Amino acid sequence: MDLSYSQEEIAFREEVQGFLKEKLPKNLSDKVRKGQEPTKQEQEGWHAILNAQGWLAPNWPIEYGGVQWNAVQRHIFEDELAAHYAPRVVPFGLSMLGPVLQKFANQEQKDYWLPRILAGDDWWCQGYSEPGAGSDLASLKTSAVKDSDHYIVNGQKTWTTLGQHANMIFCLVRTDKDVKQQEGISFLLIDMETPGIEVRPIVLLDGGAEVNEVWFTDVKVPVTNLVGEENKGWTYAKYLLTHERTSIAGVGFSQAGLRAVKRIARAELAGGKPLMKNPHFAARVAQVEIDLVAMSMTNLRIISKAAAGQAPGVESSMLKVKGSIIRQEINDLARRAAGAYAMPFASEAIEGANDALPDPHAAGPVAAQYFNNRKLSIFGGSNEIQRSIIAKTKMGGGK
Amino acid sequence: MNFELTQERQMLQDTLRRFLSDRYDTATRNKILESETGLSTTIWTELAELGIIGALFSEEQGGFGGKGFDLAVVFEELGRAGVVEPFLDTGVLAGGLIADLGNEAQNAHIEEIIAGSLHLAFAHGEPSSRYDLTRVQTSAIDSGDTIALSGRKAVVINAEAADMLVVSARESGEAGDVGGISLFVVPTITKGLTVQGYALLAGGRAAEVTLDDVRVPASARLGEPGQASSAIEARVAAASVAQCAETLGAMETACALTMDYLGTRKQFGRPIGTFQALAHRMSDLLIEMEQARSAVILAAGHLEDERADRERHISLAKNLLGRAGRLVAEESIQLHGGIAMTQEYELAHIAKRIVMADHRFGDVDHHLERFIDLTSD
Repeated sequence: MDLSYSQEEIAFREEVQGFLKEKLPKNLSDKVRKGQEPTKQEQEGWHAILNAQGWLAPNWPIEYGGVQWNAVQRHIFEDELAAHYAPRVVPFGLSMLGPVLQKFANQEQKDYWLPRILAGDDWWCQGYSEPGAGSDLASLKTSAVKDSDHYIVNGQKTWTTLGQHANMIFCLVRTDKDVKQQEGISFLLIDMETPGIEVRPIVLLDGGAEVNEVWFTDVKVPVTNLVGEENKGWTYAKYLLTHERTSIAGVGFSQAGLRAVKRIARAELAGGKPLMKNPHFAARVAQVEIDLVAMSMTNLRIISKAAAGQAPGVESSMLKVKGSIIRQEINDLARRAAGAYAMPFASEAIEGANDALPDPHAAGPVAAQYFNNRKLSIFGGSNEIQRSIIAKTKMGGGK
Repeated sequence: MNFELTQERQMLQDTLRRFLSDRYDTATRNKILESETGLSTTIWTELAELGIIGALFSEEQGGFGGKGFDLAVVFEELGRAGVVEPFLDTGVLAGGLIADLGNEAQNAHIEEIIAGSLHLAFAHGEPSSRYDLTRVQTSAIDSGDTIALSGRKAVVINAEAADMLVVSARESGEAGDVGGISLFVVPTITKGLTVQGYALLAGGRAAEVTLDDVRVPASARLGEPGQASSAIEARVAAASVAQCAETLGAMETACALTMDYLGTRKQFGRPIGTFQALAHRMSDLLIEMEQARSAVILAAGHLEDERADRERHISLAKNLLGRAGRLVAEESIQLHGGIAMTQEYELAHIAKRIVMADHRFGDVDHHLERFIDLTSD
């Protein structure tokens, strides 16, 4: 084993740093540093900058316009993105749908949709969860009934992240009610402009509205928008979820979060001294930093181990559980570091509109982020579901 | 020992619980949260008429309660219903300080407070004071005719709605000194006083208060010059009891909602509460609830004790409620799944109140260190 970076890897890191210094807009990184959400236009702009550099899709094969870096390169890239406060690239098209299309779509679909994802022509959102089908996703009810060359879709999806910006949604729909739950599901691409679709925002406890309900009433979807085979959608969905979970370790977010904690704790005074010099608080920060450094290595080991192009299995569940716990702990520390200044309502700051918050230490929306990130252990398969997957795989006959 | 409430307190609890369950539902609260003032004057007046503010003052002060257990009873119910109106700020903190230190003329305000016609705020914390009560930098310069106040007060809850502020300022010494701190009653319309208001994440409103050479007469001072520290500490102790009780009430609501949800929400064909992984965690919450109740009883029961005993139990309660509260809030959200993340569901508000309570009067860490200091001899 050799834990030091090679000459090539060091050169690669410098190349990434150079790119970010030159191309990442300053006002955008300022926003991210303050915990504010970039606007749709800013997201699309950053997407285009990465695409122009050819670095938009680190996990895609080269034949589809990806980079196919190895695990160490991806780690370095993610590390530098976080260090420079680059915004998160919207993952729905790139990290979630892209790999599914590459593996299961027909040639025509690949030729049409994949270049559009890279070019940013479509803003995708995900239509998985329903009010009655959360952790038990396979019990979903939204139906798609075939009517010659169309499906007629009826039902309701929920927790549709950034659905208000999207023009396309990939959906799990029920195409057969009379078989075992998992066997009657199909994977459908739906144009959000189709008549019969209604998007309703859900206001979350931090005051933001990043998620939506999406209602379908007799929505006509061409059968050419079916991915893979009818009634095989569950397989594709599971494949997509393991991809989603690898990025959910969120090492970069945690590193950025930890820096924010330290920044606030250096500015905040406790007993006339910087809070960061308070042994009790410093110990809490050190504890989570130790966990994070180790998880960063776990993440690297797991990504390295997974064969090229193959999503890791149970390990992705482990990363999801540990990653969400660490991020939530960091959010909690940031909230506490801010002291009484954690109390102001900071929705304006999250939405990026208001810079004039009352606190002198730029703690801004730390408490809102703390509450918002309670979602990390709930979405994409809750931590309880992940633990069951880990236990079943490791102890219960490897199902 | 006897753990029963007195008949009077039992009646107070029953009345308040009934009123709030009739009049303060989630829809009502959400309307109040969205309003510009962040509080309902109707609710305020009605609760004053029920005697709720009177219960926060002793008989000598014109009320009919004022003891630790009176505060505990009232605030547990306010917390259970998730009431956002600042009874703690007007009644326990600012009003309490006037009642504790005021002369006859100043005490005349108590009647209006109890009647619900006077709103107050306690302007004490500063941008760099954190939770340290003696770290006051705002200055008070006595020139004989008037006293000039200058400085900045941070996150002053209810400042915008308040007719008068109780402001702390230093007449001598430096930040961190126990001596030298005085309190002044300052009408919010006084020249040189500016109030920059904002909404709070968990409901209600606060403000940054700037005092730029604010002139008040000597009659605005509460008590003796430079001697206010021990009264401030005692009032913050009372407010901490109130707040811990409020958090306890909110935790009860969070647990009740969660148990109900575990029993009704079905996944994989059965109620999710039948999954052992979830049931055991609910059990842990119920255990912590009992611990939290004990801590509140201890703090309330020792509020009239001499300083060392009082403060030890306050720090004990604030630390335990902070820990148990965080656990209950986070686990209630987790056990609910996505629905708990939505603003319109009651738990969202309740969970925010539980967690944000840790940011007033000292958090878990602050009180852990303080408990060590107070018990290390």
